[in-house]
Amino acid sequence: MATKPIGLEVSIAVAEAVKLCDVDVVAAYPITPQTHIVEHLSELVADGELNASYVPVESEHSAMSSCIGSSATGARTFTATSSQGLALMNEMIYIAPTLRTPIVLAIANRALSAPINIWNDHSDIMSVRDAGWIAVFAENGQEALDLTIMSFRIGEHPEVLLPVSLNIDGFTLSHFIEPIIMPEKSEVDAFLPPFKTDLKLDTQKPLSIGLLAGPETYTEIRKATDDILVRSKKYIKEVFAEFGKAFGRPYNVVETYRHEDAEIILLTMGSISETAMTSVDELREAGQKVGLVRIRLWRPFPVEELKEALGQAKIVAVVDRHLVMGATDGPVSFEIKSLFYGAPKAPKVFNFILGLGGRDVRRADFKEIVQRCAELDKVGQKSFEIVGVYE
Amino acid sequence: MSKVVDAWVKVQDMPVGFHGEAGRSVDFKTGDWRSSKPVLDREKCIYCGFCYIYCPDGVYEDMGPKEKYYKADLDYCKGCGVCANECPKKCIAMTLEEV
Repeated sequence: MATKPIGLEVSIAVAEAVKLCDVDVVAAYPITPQTHIVEHLSELVADGELNASYVPVESEHSAMSSCIGSSATGARTFTATSSQGLALMNEMIYIAPTLRTPIVLAIANRALSAPINIWNDHSDIMSVRDAGWIAVFAENGQEALDLTIMSFRIGEHPEVLLPVSLNIDGFTLSHFIEPIIMPEKSEVDAFLPPFKTDLKLDTQKPLSIGLLAGPETYTEIRKATDDILVRSKKYIKEVFAEFGKAFGRPYNVVETYRHEDAEIILLTMGSISETAMTSVDELREAGQKVGLVRIRLWRPFPVEELKEALGQAKIVAVVDRHLVMGATDGPVSFEIKSLFYGAPKAPKVFNFILGLGGRDVRRADFKEIVQRCAELDKVGQKSFEIVGVYE
Repeated sequence: MSKVVDAWVKVQDMPVGFHGEAGRSVDFKTGDWRSSKPVLDREKCIYCGFCYIYCPDGVYEDMGPKEKYYKADLDYCKGCGVCANECPKKCIAMTLEEV
């Protein structure tokens, strides 16, 4: 088993992981901060190091269209995008899950325009929240690489057959050079068998994909897609466990840090969780009972795991990185509130938004959140609060 | 929930990915969408093939050099009138369908 970390830019690590997975087709369009991923893949293909078709499409809409087509032929398919690129893909993004095409899409998360901004937050992934994709969030470079490999395995699982979006924070993850353990090819081959499915476009056994559905069938087809997405959690957990055994790095759908006796739990997604952990350590040293829960699996939403992880806390401070215009909460906060609504014993849920458009997320921000929670405990909170907003 | 009366297939029985058999559009006869049908005057027809080429649904069949005309398959012709519009001899008349 490979155990020695090497210094590697996270985008390059993701591309190298895709290569280790023997991908068949990459159809992609460059967009900051995702570009390094597909740029490196195109080099690998051009240099003959990766035997795959690289389709240099003219837009992200075409990228996802090509991916759906190639995946429908049974080819292992990868693409990557960010922000406006994901927005342009939107029409096709909604098609992939119901057609059960297990594409892997890396999203280097970046803010949506306007104003135009190339830096990190979660507004892009939240714009396709409801589309039916499995969505995982990486915290660091090693996770980004590991989750790339796992995403193919999960998506192509015969009981799943769904597309997977792998979210890595733009710049703060995608462009950082981190110590990363690169698995051996033989290890990946043992973990990830070639993609085989009967459900594909085949001239010998022709079938129709992408049919029209009238009012008589649309409801049932949409429900069937939702059912399989919800059921997929079981298989995702199996793949996580198997990966842990094979590579020695355990993965859970929800991760916890010093949360057992915590009165206030910070709830985060993505790379800010590492900063939050440091804040938790410092607050603990100062005698405050603070912990952290991190969502790795965003879709399907890990209801039971979060209930268990958060249920004992007095207060849950939900940290969102997307502003839902015209509403009271960020997307994660809505989920957490509905999780505990009507429950006899429920923590108070307060919502904080930070790190929009690449604004730095500092240890002090989490301390401010914890301090604010103590005040809100007495007076309540009507709607989300933006940490550090200048007004 | 209330008993389903409007649905054709149960959620559990829905084919994976809502894939279907190939070639199903052959069974889907769109001719009844038509409000008027093309009627050819074979006296004027010069067998040029414009109707055959321009038909957006490909319903025209070449009847061969002996018969020297193209015949519309009314099972699928939607009555758009493109053939009548493009015919250089104006020998296709769009005629209202009798109900």
